[in-house]
Amino acid sequence: MTSALPAAVKATGVDKVFTGSRGEVVALTGVDLEVAAGEFVSLIGPSGCGKSTLLRLIADLETTSAGHLEIFGKSASQARQDQDYGIAFQQAGLLPWRTVRDNIGLPLQLRGQDRRRRADRVSELTALVGLEEFVDHYPDQLSGGMQQRVAIARALASEPRLLLMDEPFGALDEMTREYLQSELTRIAAETKAAVVFVTHSIPEAVFLSDRVVVMSPRPGRITDVVTVGLDGQRDEALRESPAYFERVTAVREALHGTQVDRPNER
Amino acid sequence: MTAAEPRTLPGWARYVAPIVVGVIGFALWMLYTSVLGAAPRMLPDPVSILQELVARWDIIWADMMVTGTNALVGLLVGSAIAIVLAALAAAARPFDGMTAPLVAALAVVPIVAITPVLNTMFGASSQFGRQAVAGLAAFIPVFVNVLRGLRQTRAVHRDVFRASGATPDQTFRLLTFPTALPYLTTGLRLASSLAVISALVAEYFGGPAEGIGTAIATYAKSGRADLAWAYVAGGILIGLAFFLVASLLERLASRRTSA
Repeated sequence: MTSALPAAVKATGVDKVFTGSRGEVVALTGVDLEVAAGEFVSLIGPSGCGKSTLLRLIADLETTSAGHLEIFGKSASQARQDQDYGIAFQQAGLLPWRTVRDNIGLPLQLRGQDRRRRADRVSELTALVGLEEFVDHYPDQLSGGMQQRVAIARALASEPRLLLMDEPFGALDEMTREYLQSELTRIAAETKAAVVFVTHSIPEAVFLSDRVVVMSPRPGRITDVVTVGLDGQRDEALRESPAYFERVTAVREALHGTQVDRPNER
Repeated sequence: MTAAEPRTLPGWARYVAPIVVGVIGFALWMLYTSVLGAAPRMLPDPVSILQELVARWDIIWADMMVTGTNALVGLLVGSAIAIVLAALAAAARPFDGMTAPLVAALAVVPIVAITPVLNTMFGASSQFGRQAVAGLAAFIPVFVNVLRGLRQTRAVHRDVFRASGATPDQTFRLLTFPTALPYLTTGLRLASSLAVISALVAEYFGGPAEGIGTAIATYAKSGRADLAWAYVAGGILIGLAFFLVASLLERLASRRTSA
């Protein structure tokens, strides 16, 4: 799938070493990854495999120790300052003293966009995530799932071509989670943004992704890439289909086959 | 009065209960002073105090303004200095290291005890000594609370701001400051009471012959119990006014801090 556009993410030989009081910890080593524009890629692996670290490197919330990282052909730092990506975390991270409207508009405000254009964009976004009736509510008046939808709307505010998500549904109940997964595939299709999605759920990764990147700990590295190749509509019927189960099994085998020691055996 | 309902009072009781306590207290006081006539001479009955408060309201008000102004000037200046120093301490580790022992030392000094020194330093006709005492007393709780508040930003919020390319100035205005605001108002509430108490007590240690504290001391010594107590009531009114305004600010600032 080559296109004229530069890749959303291009990582070449990326290492990340954390230096702490107890010496050096190698969080990531020799990571090569390319995410095409508009592609949905999940990072999956056990705790300590560096999947969140990789996402934070792409977001320029951490800096690489070695290797080369480009976002749409720019440095990660430049891409961050240009708001080329939007980001959502496991915690919604909404500002409790701001309404839903002002939380969603925050990235636009930081960019210096005037109030009226902000209001237009915010009403588009609340429609996109289905929160039109709640624009004047405060975060503490919303459920966890609704807060996470606000966080996703905020991440999309400046129309990024790349969406970074760090276990955004990890703290939600299963019902809400499946609902938001369907919503996310719809939103990703509508916005045509590339998505890098960190998760520890195999079904979630398979349901959402074009490709699933399997990672392994000690030291954190990419061990396998599973192409999901389930084209077309991501809907509830897909969750029941044999093709879906087959891909889930493929990812599970990729995870366990390469895993030397499992973290829960300690 | 059926017993059953545990702990939670019905709505009306929350207002009636303190009034009942007040009425009982008033009755006992009247009984002790007027009916039994057993009270010491310096404890008049509450009605006489109230009459004196109304009759002498002009001079009591004038003295309330002096003490209140001293407390207010001290509170504002002390808090302003505290906010600036706390901001510097939060921004720069070395500065924090320098101020921490100073603030700890200041916190254990009985501040009103240095009033005679200040009065002598700035002259017996100046209110500055009293204002300085109120300012020092207000400084500590504001500094401690603001410094803590400036360190309460959550990691996920900092990540969101950084990821959106926020400048340090924007991060301070839109994240660090709003996060610290409830801590600031808590500090101000604590400081407001301390400033009033300090400004008033400082008057016992000399200085100009104006103010609530000076008047209480004067009339107590000359045996005018009714007027001395009426001035005490004036002091209570100042403290109440400061406390209510500060509590209101605190409540406004901490409306939305959960989630």
